Amino acid sequence: MRTRTTTRIGQYAALLAYLVFLAFPFLWLLSTAFKSPRELGSLHPTWIPRHPTLDNFRQAFDEQPLLHAALNSLLAAAGAAIVAVLVATPLAYVMARRRTGLTRAATGWVIVSQAFPLVLVIIPLFLVLKNLRLINSLAGLTLVYVVWALPFALWMLAGYVRAVPAEVEEAAAVDGAGRARTLISVVAPLLAPGIVATGLFAFVTAWNEFFFALVLLKTPEKQTLPVVLTHFIGAEGVADLGPLSAAAFLATLPSLVVFAIVQRRITGGMLTGAVKN
Amino acid sequence: MTLVTATRRSAQRAPRATGDRRLPDRGAWFLVLPALIPILVLSVGPLLYGILLAFTDSQSGRTQPTQWIGGLNFRDLLHDTLFWESFRIGLVWAVGVTVPQFLLALGLALLLNQKLRLRWLARALAIIPWAMPEVVVGIMWRLVYNPDAGVLNETLHDLGLAGGHDWLSGLGTALPAVIVVGVWAGMPQTTVALLAGLQSTPRELHEAAAVDGAGAWRRFRTVTWPALRPVALAITALNLIWNFNSFALVYVLTSGGPGGRTRLPMLFAYEEAFRYGQFGYAAAMGCVMVAVISLLLALFLVGRLRGGDDA
Repeated sequence: MRTRTTTRIGQYAALLAYLVFLAFPFLWLLSTAFKSPRELGSLHPTWIPRHPTLDNFRQAFDEQPLLHAALNSLLAAAGAAIVAVLVATPLAYVMARRRTGLTRAATGWVIVSQAFPLVLVIIPLFLVLKNLRLINSLAGLTLVYVVWALPFALWMLAGYVRAVPAEVEEAAAVDGAGRARTLISVVAPLLAPGIVATGLFAFVTAWNEFFFALVLLKTPEKQTLPVVLTHFIGAEGVADLGPLSAAAFLATLPSLVVFAIVQRRITGGMLTGAVKN
Repeated sequence: MTLVTATRRSAQRAPRATGDRRLPDRGAWFLVLPALIPILVLSVGPLLYGILLAFTDSQSGRTQPTQWIGGLNFRDLLHDTLFWESFRIGLVWAVGVTVPQFLLALGLALLLNQKLRLRWLARALAIIPWAMPEVVVGIMWRLVYNPDAGVLNETLHDLGLAGGHDWLSGLGTALPAVIVVGVWAGMPQTTVALLAGLQSTPRELHEAAAVDGAGAWRRFRTVTWPALRPVALAITALNLIWNFNSFALVYVLTSGGPGGRTRLPMLFAYEEAFRYGQFGYAAAMGCVMVAVISLLLALFLVGRLRGGDDA
């Protein structure tokens, strides 16, 4: 099909507008992170810092326990991702390969769990965890993240399992491999890329999560990065802009890197999960 | 998760290659239980418990035992004008975010479906809002909206328009300002879902329509839209739910202010539960939110699906 030149120009103009809209807040965050306090106080801020400085980064680490918070985030997110993938893979396998009342209920739960406001879950969850003495504990938060990551993980993994031809398993059975052996040494390796992608995605969502962390973690030494970031904003909403943007930028980096790696695979997986369900 | 409706359609077409594979039942339980137990204990259980709590006078840190009070919470809620004001704001926010989100995402998806240069850049940039922690999105836009050091006022000033607005604390500007952030934050997911839908529409059909002399708009209406509709409906319904239940963005941007102008129902319920300790009352709010949102969604989907039969 040939497209007219005017149409093309219009399309490029629109694309450019989208690019600007998507990118400018992030560029502004970066720019602010490298500005000195004096420059931030000046009346006419510029895109390029006039005297770029790293002071904000140093000050951010002085003001708030960023490293400790990052470690907490890392523990909760990595723990949740690993456990979620470990428990989700077998269930996803059964969901993909068999249709029973139970697997249908699981699929129903995956969809319904998207619709419920967190507030209806968080109050009872708070009470339950309190009884288990898991309030203000990273272990408790990790458990919550596991369950919270499960709907998406099940959806993705079931899609990946369907992409593995059943004939592969039959062949293994013919060769005399037992059920467990087939799963561990035949199916699991084929699923590995999908499992890794799902795990990384679960990691990013847990790393970014705020609401549960806000409610369930009370003391500063237990809090995760997103909660600690909000401490930069004072009670009256006045924030120390430089360190705030420096810290916000650093907190985003892991998410951006991991997400860039898995994004394509996740997009593909969402579709396989959907189309072949 | 996003493409529920699309799913059902293709499920009828695609033959199930792996239907009833035999699996010894004991083995199946062994595979299912590790996920099932946490789901029951930490998701299904709390959900039911939460609904029950709505009928009690449960409070945080109280020494007397919690008592059943029937529908008293709901009766109080009915007369709680603050809650209904918050509910109204929640609906304005949810619709105000979901509709532009869909239109902008559709535009971007259509562009990305063309063979344009710089397409890769748009795809790469679209990852940023998607991957960012919501808290950081909020912080970032606070910098944009900042009355002195913000880029928005500076740009307006440079263009010769009146600057000096305090966007997030102005009574009239706060809600529109947070809605823009909501649109920005949720656009990528919607775009990706719609793009996937677009790429599954048959290209030959497009070309045939073009040969027959159909203009761009006509081609969109008769070829693209019918194929895209299931995906569009599913993602819009999900966006509506997600947006109505969103919390972190507005919490960081305005914490519900100024004067409650951006106090979404989730923020309201959060304060009720964890600032004032009214667990039962907050749970009742959660129940009302679920009920109303389900009702609206049912109306939306039924209306849309019926509209489809005429087209």
